Amino acid sequence: MTNLVEVRNLSIEATTDAGRVVEIIKSVSLDIADGEIVALIGESGSGKTTVALSLMGHARPGCRFTGGEISVNGKNMAALSEKERAKLRGTDIAYVPQSAAASFNPASTIMEQVIEVTRIHRLMPPEQARKRAVELFRALSLPDPEGIGARYPHQVSGGQLQRLAAAMALIGDPKLVIFDEPTTALDVTTQIDVLKAFKSVMRADGIAGVYVSHDLAVVAQIADRIIVLKGGEVQETGTTAEILTSAKHPYTRELLAAFRPRQRLAPADAAAATNQLLRIDNITAGYGAVRDDGLPLIRAVDTVSMVVEKGRNLGVIGESGCGKSTLARVIAGIHPAAAGDIVFDGKPLQRAASKRSRDQLREMQIVFQYADTALNPAKPVEDIIARPLVFYHGLDRQARSKRVDELLDMVRLPKSLRYRYPSELSGGQKQRVNFARALAADPKLIICDEITSALDTVVASAVIELLKELQRELGLSYIFISHDLSVVEAICDEIMVMYNGQRVEQITPDKVKAATHPYSKLLFSSVPKLDPTWLDGLVRDPELVAQYGHR
Amino acid sequence: MARAVASRRSFLGHSYNLVGVVASLVILAWTVVAIFAPYIIPHPIGDIVDDDYFGPMRQGLWLGSDYLGRDMLSRVLMGARYTVGISLAAVCIACFSGVALGMLAAVTGGWFDTCLSRFLDAMNSIPSKLFGLVVVAAVGSSIPVLILTLAVIYIPGAYRFARALAVNINTMDFMTVARVRGESTAYLIGSEILPNIVRPVLADFGLRFVFIVLLLSGLSFLGLGLQPPLADWGALVRENIGGLPFAAPAVVVPSLAIASLTISVNLLIDNLPQKIRDRDA
Repeated sequence: MTNLVEVRNLSIEATTDAGRVVEIIKSVSLDIADGEIVALIGESGSGKTTVALSLMGHARPGCRFTGGEISVNGKNMAALSEKERAKLRGTDIAYVPQSAAASFNPASTIMEQVIEVTRIHRLMPPEQARKRAVELFRALSLPDPEGIGARYPHQVSGGQLQRLAAAMALIGDPKLVIFDEPTTALDVTTQIDVLKAFKSVMRADGIAGVYVSHDLAVVAQIADRIIVLKGGEVQETGTTAEILTSAKHPYTRELLAAFRPRQRLAPADAAAATNQLLRIDNITAGYGAVRDDGLPLIRAVDTVSMVVEKGRNLGVIGESGCGKSTLARVIAGIHPAAAGDIVFDGKPLQRAASKRSRDQLREMQIVFQYADTALNPAKPVEDIIARPLVFYHGLDRQARSKRVDELLDMVRLPKSLRYRYPSELSGGQKQRVNFARALAADPKLIICDEITSALDTVVASAVIELLKELQRELGLSYIFISHDLSVVEAICDEIMVMYNGQRVEQITPDKVKAATHPYSKLLFSSVPKLDPTWLDGLVRDPELVAQYGHR
Repeated sequence: MARAVASRRSFLGHSYNLVGVVASLVILAWTVVAIFAPYIIPHPIGDIVDDDYFGPMRQGLWLGSDYLGRDMLSRVLMGARYTVGISLAAVCIACFSGVALGMLAAVTGGWFDTCLSRFLDAMNSIPSKLFGLVVVAAVGSSIPVLILTLAVIYIPGAYRFARALAVNINTMDFMTVARVRGESTAYLIGSEILPNIVRPVLADFGLRFVFIVLLLSGLSFLGLGLQPPLADWGALVRENIGGLPFAAPAVVVPSLAIASLTISVNLLIDNLPQKIRDRDA
């Protein structure tokens, strides 16, 4: 036995509602040496999390091991009893979940939960465990390592909680740590701190790791080797440098290509670009009690002004909580502004959607991030897309049916999909239906609120390509709200950076490197690059980080 | 690849199990009896056909006779009519009003929601038997009064249930999309919310039907329900309670009838056919 982990011909099956048996992992083999970090990468549904969990001998409900061996530290996890596996979890193998916020118990202090593993396995007395935890907090560069354990989970930030989850995993001195998309839910500026902390701790203690992610750039920073999965099979294995520079498998190349969306060409007609479609002046909106000056207590959007020109796109970028989604809701009239003016197509707009005319509502459509909740699960695709056709255009049954076909065609979906329910579609298909519904209204402006954030890289890049094509055909304008710079760069003519409810800078995509505002600089420099040395070589101005990075 | 799971079978894209089928057959049988009772009863319900009271089961009097010597089979069959009919009418009114108001309150929100919720909470706090007692004492007992009283008693529960479900749906993005499209409240309630809550609402409908059957039987047992010579199952139990020491079928059978209907409805709710959701099938 030379490697810490040796998986041979692992197969896992699942049973569906109808009793059909599906093979979700097909004969996967992999090795992990001591102290090596291996990344499992692939789109959602590729089986990367299932493989990672199998290393702990865990198969999710409805799934079972049907073949192969999972040898971790010389023990076959698939063959052990549940009791024996439980002994190894936390001491030999540990797990860091995707959402630390959902994994901590809100009712007890962080320290109690971090040292719980030592109590369950009787590894060390509580006093010693607390000391060890504080050491880990320090190693993970958490602020106030002595005091942070006394706090409750809701009293620390998302990035800190993710590092605390890592401390919880590391306290039992495991030989292998499984990271399940640990930075996916974090802002780019926070993600860097977490990645750096993970990397330094793992290196220092020589712990082996499995890093599950769909983000190739993040993986490039932390992994020694990359395993590409698709449809439950290993597509390609190689060192990080090999995969990034000389990928052989077509799927891996697709993944790499999706990471660099092509730059959009500037629109040829400069004359059209001088027409203002939407102008907002000094918009303020927020939540909480209205104070004497007529403004709300908490201002999510603070005196923001911007202009969208016909046939051109504006990108709005910023971290979560910066007010970019509130801005979208203010423009759409879902959350009426407390102050300021909105002028759309030359005419002033009412602040609340309920007071706008039907035509004004029709011309401005909003597309939400989560197609899962934006599509009524009880209605077939056909009804969802047809409703705006009836409501705004009063089409009869025949014309409606023809138009639904056209719209499905526009978003590159097969016509047969019209009878399906949203739950029977994939994430990318749902987002396309979501978009087709907005197109059904014949809008002039579409507000896209993080529409690619819930999608895999390859799917997201296909959706972006689609948006560009539709813009060429239909002369639409987009307001594109995102926290992902590469997406915004790919489609927008102008980029507006928001921080703390305020507009801090507006620049064009080709001048991103020459940002002048310090927050923009920090934000743009924090986007991971497809370069394994990028994180180690990254030098950030400590003052900037202290001022703007929420650590 | 297809392999059916042992305990559930599939039919028309739905899977069901044996318990659910048996329960629905029992309910179906009682419904048929309720509809056709006047044509199948062997004796008119008011006729005294036996010399003895609390007579045993025998040929011609299949379920024995009651405390006046009337045919028990005829009385139970006709009792099904009143028990099922009154309860069904009451549960329809209660659920329709409760669910409609609940969805309206969830979509409208604000003052309307607050006032309606507090008012119905107050209604809910009145003990149901006591409320029935007061109403019957005040306006007398008749079938319409019984139906309305039972409906009013169960509206607050149906309202609370539907509102809780609708509030969750109301926060979904597709509701925001529909609102920004400019849709009316009626459309929001009928086309966006209702299809998403209809299954739990139907389950609640069945459960509430059971409660109403039991409450109606209880009221009749206390002598506040149907008046003689009409009798629902609760009333049959009450008037024949004297037969208990003799183990007369006259008191056992209507009790069994109540139990079989309510238990069947409960079992059916727990074992409703499930739509098979299988993406690739």
